[in-house]
Amino acid sequence: MASEATGAEQGAEGGSLVFHPMDQFIVKPLFGGDTVAWYTPTNVTLWMALAVVAVIALLVLGTSKRGIVPSRSQSVAELAYGFVYKMVEDVTGKDGIKYFPYIMTLFMFIVCSNFLGLIPASFTTTSHIAVTSIMGFGVFFAVTILGFVKNGSAFLGLFWVSSAPLALRPILAIIELISYFVRPVSHSIRLAGNMMAGHAVLKVFAGFAQVTAIAPIAILSVTAIYGLELLVAFIQAYVFTILTCVYLKDALHPSH
Amino acid sequence: MATETTAGGHVEPVYQEVAGMCTDSNGGAIGMPQLCFDWFPNQIFWLVVTLVVIFLVLSRVALPRISAILAERQGTITNDLAAAEDLKAKATEAEEAYNKALADARTEAQAIVAKARAEIQADLDVAIEKADAEIAARSAESEKAIAEIRAGALENVKIVATDTAAEIVTALGGQADADAIQTAVASQMKG
Repeated sequence: MASEATGAEQGAEGGSLVFHPMDQFIVKPLFGGDTVAWYTPTNVTLWMALAVVAVIALLVLGTSKRGIVPSRSQSVAELAYGFVYKMVEDVTGKDGIKYFPYIMTLFMFIVCSNFLGLIPASFTTTSHIAVTSIMGFGVFFAVTILGFVKNGSAFLGLFWVSSAPLALRPILAIIELISYFVRPVSHSIRLAGNMMAGHAVLKVFAGFAQVTAIAPIAILSVTAIYGLELLVAFIQAYVFTILTCVYLKDALHPSH
Repeated sequence: MATETTAGGHVEPVYQEVAGMCTDSNGGAIGMPQLCFDWFPNQIFWLVVTLVVIFLVLSRVALPRISAILAERQGTITNDLAAAEDLKAKATEAEEAYNKALADARTEAQAIVAKARAEIQADLDVAIEKADAEIAARSAESEKAIAEIRAGALENVKIVATDTAAEIVTALGGQADADAIQTAVASQMKG
């Protein structure tokens, strides 16, 4: 694969196409050097810091006037608050409200990272499996531990479908168990995969714009896909958040 | 991936030792950078830092503030609605009071009109009575005067008749007997 890339690059000098759709995902140290140790400030650090700045700008600075009649930024902050609060309340019920700050943290981080990633030449932190899997497994372990702490062994009732015929229950239990353990994987890969695929496709179409004959179509396609990616950026944050709520509901009320 | 070889037999390209096996000598990506495990600790570390910072900012500052703003707005709306309800009740009360005052005034006006009418009627009655009495007195006086005049006239007629009769008798050559003439005149006048 690497030699193909090199070959393409060499060919580019001769006028053919060059594609580097995956180069945008490379982690680089910010201040030179080649080593990426666990503490090195990298472009990951930069874009996560920008996400923090965006969150603070929207939710803290935007609401600093505490207006009864909200300003525009305060309206958006209230909208985000109400959106996630209502989601937590609707899906997990009243007793899930105390986990609202954690879910809001996840939502704000993902939605800000997704949209920051759509800035041209930016780095999309949520396109990395390392990032999403930590969140996915974090949710998985938190919810599982919470389920056992809250319900004790009754939490295992989640896998024992008491409304099904007795003969079917062991089979269903196996299916439920498998689906339960696949949750963190699907939860994290869904987000990372969507982000990565969208950005890679944008790069590929941008690469086609190098050819004069198909450049107009390529540019139009990039525009259209960019619009789609804006939608995906929000929807994936929403999906991640609502699935977290659903898993939390299972932990709080394991009975079917 | 890293051991792909070209037909020439030498390893191509040259990997950067320090960055692990994730980028080639040109700094391009090899395969999916997402699967480069050398970068995982860095990403995980900064992710945890980021999430902790966002969580602290949200739970300490942003969420209590937005919650307070929403509660305050709800409170203001509730208060305003209550105040509006109050004002509406007051307006209804005022309207009722106005209607009552209007009704009272109307009743009073009717009473005053009735009283005035009664007074006028009384005055009128008194005046009419007085006028009637005067008329009666005047007419009685007039009747008396007429009776007197009539009596006077009768007496004059009697005198004239007696004188005329005496003259006629004298003219006819007779001797006028005063008593006889008077009796005759009286009998004639009675007839």
